[in-house]
Amino acid sequence: MSEAAIVVRGLVKSYGDVRAVRGVDLTIERGEVFALLGPNGAGKTTTVEILEGYRERTAGEVSVLGFDPARHPREMRSRIGIVLQSTGIDPYLTVRETVELYAGYYPSPMDVDEAVAIVGLTEKADARVIKLSGGQQRRLDVAVALAGDPELLFLDEATTGFDPGARRNAWEIVRNLTGLGKTVFLTTHYMDEAQHLAHRVAVIAKGKIVAEGPPATLGDRHVADTVIRFRRPDLELPAAIAARAVVSGDEVELLVPDPTRTLHDLTTWALESGSTLEGLHVTQPTLEDVYLELTGEAGRE
Amino acid sequence: MTGIGLTLRQVRFTNKAFWRNPAAAFFTFAFPLMFLVIFTTLFGNNEVTLPGTDPPITVTQSTFYVPAMAAFSVITACYTNLAIGVTFQRDAGILKRTRGTPLPGSAYLVGRSTHAVLMACLLVAITTAFGAAFFGTDVPTGAALARFVVTVLVGAAAFAALGLAVTAIIPNADAAPPIVNATILPILFLSDIFIPVGTDPPAWVDVVGRVFPVRHFAEAMQSGFLGTPFEWWDLVVVGAWGLAGLLLAMRFFAWEPRK
Repeated sequence: MSEAAIVVRGLVKSYGDVRAVRGVDLTIERGEVFALLGPNGAGKTTTVEILEGYRERTAGEVSVLGFDPARHPREMRSRIGIVLQSTGIDPYLTVRETVELYAGYYPSPMDVDEAVAIVGLTEKADARVIKLSGGQQRRLDVAVALAGDPELLFLDEATTGFDPGARRNAWEIVRNLTGLGKTVFLTTHYMDEAQHLAHRVAVIAKGKIVAEGPPATLGDRHVADTVIRFRRPDLELPAAIAARAVVSGDEVELLVPDPTRTLHDLTTWALESGSTLEGLHVTQPTLEDVYLELTGEAGRE
Repeated sequence: MTGIGLTLRQVRFTNKAFWRNPAAAFFTFAFPLMFLVIFTTLFGNNEVTLPGTDPPITVTQSTFYVPAMAAFSVITACYTNLAIGVTFQRDAGILKRTRGTPLPGSAYLVGRSTHAVLMACLLVAITTAFGAAFFGTDVPTGAALARFVVTVLVGAAAFAALGLAVTAIIPNADAAPPIVNATILPILFLSDIFIPVGTDPPAWVDVVGRVFPVRHFAEAMQSGFLGTPFEWWDLVVVGAWGLAGLLLAMRFFAWEPRK
């Protein structure tokens, strides 16, 4: 049980002349929440679907819970759970019947009522799927993915189209799962989702991993220069600050490696001179800034 | 659980969902019985000479329609409804989700097909009772009953296999009803189901009847209800179509929606 949950080495997938995935390496440890980020067409879903056993790879090595998904799909599938991008559940069964149906496919399933409770559908257990709201159906999707008591759960853009409240609920469910020791592999478009949930993220662009690490330090953003912005004051800035400032229209922007010192100088000057420094704010590059730069999506319409 | 256990379990859940879906239950059960009543009411008093009988056997058209509608209900339950239902499930992502579980794909599809065959058997039983009560058709007994049961099972299994095979050429759920009906309705009209072809049909109609499985199936069913001679050849043709359908389904069946 000490081996990693997922090991991918040199993964390549070609569709005819198009190389959708061009040499991906990944290692996901057990108990980890891992997020794969990337724009549409970057090879994200192709990579996940190879891991899930839906697609065959062109080259490379893949191990999921110690199984090669292409060679031993059934053994692997009996130990994973998959939440797909769209709901696919028979509308005429009840919530409990649906989970019971899927639980029966697995060698050592989770208790049906427990799976229903984890996603918060206990009160709807006897309601037919067709009567559930969209958000409740998505929660049932998660319960179905949990039915086999999987060690590893795939969530492929599972929260796309959720309203903010529903997304928070989904995050809560995922956090509960990690509490149960499960490994979670998720793909998402939402940076805040990756930031809140993932222990580690990787960014894929044009079929290759371009960055990998904890969300807080991805792309070295924690040591990147800090941006200080404020409205251009009526008084003249001190020379030391003015030399580093970029003035565009009404706004002054400073890009500095030492924000504490610069802010001290700036606010000391402002207090002494009676300037208010309207609209002052201090930011570090966000995960989204880093992501946009890495994927070359910045400035793209 | 064994393959058979998993398959039977799938049949049980399919059945549960089937009866809660008003459209599926209506089109599978009400349609053939409604046609039986309409056809017998409109044409019931005409006389029909059954092809391939020597000396010629002549029955009223209402009697003719009992085996015809029994055959039609088998085709509706196993071919039409299975093909449309499975395409809907494919488009809804249910097949893809099932594919992501350890359940063997064959257990799922055999389970669905078995349910369709059971519905077909139930429909044949209803039609048989209906025919015996109102239209003077035979209820087969003894050796004839054994042949009749084999006919129903071979026919139902063959049309289920063809129903699974045809889903491969259906691009999406919206296209399912028109494509499935386009493949089966013309043949139903030319194969002694909706209209008796009589003893002297146009040559091309006769060729269609001999090539495709529907008329062979209809005539094998007539034998059970009307005491006409039973030809094993009819079942061989139906079974061969079923086998071809099975092979095509195994090769081309798609578990994911077409993009």
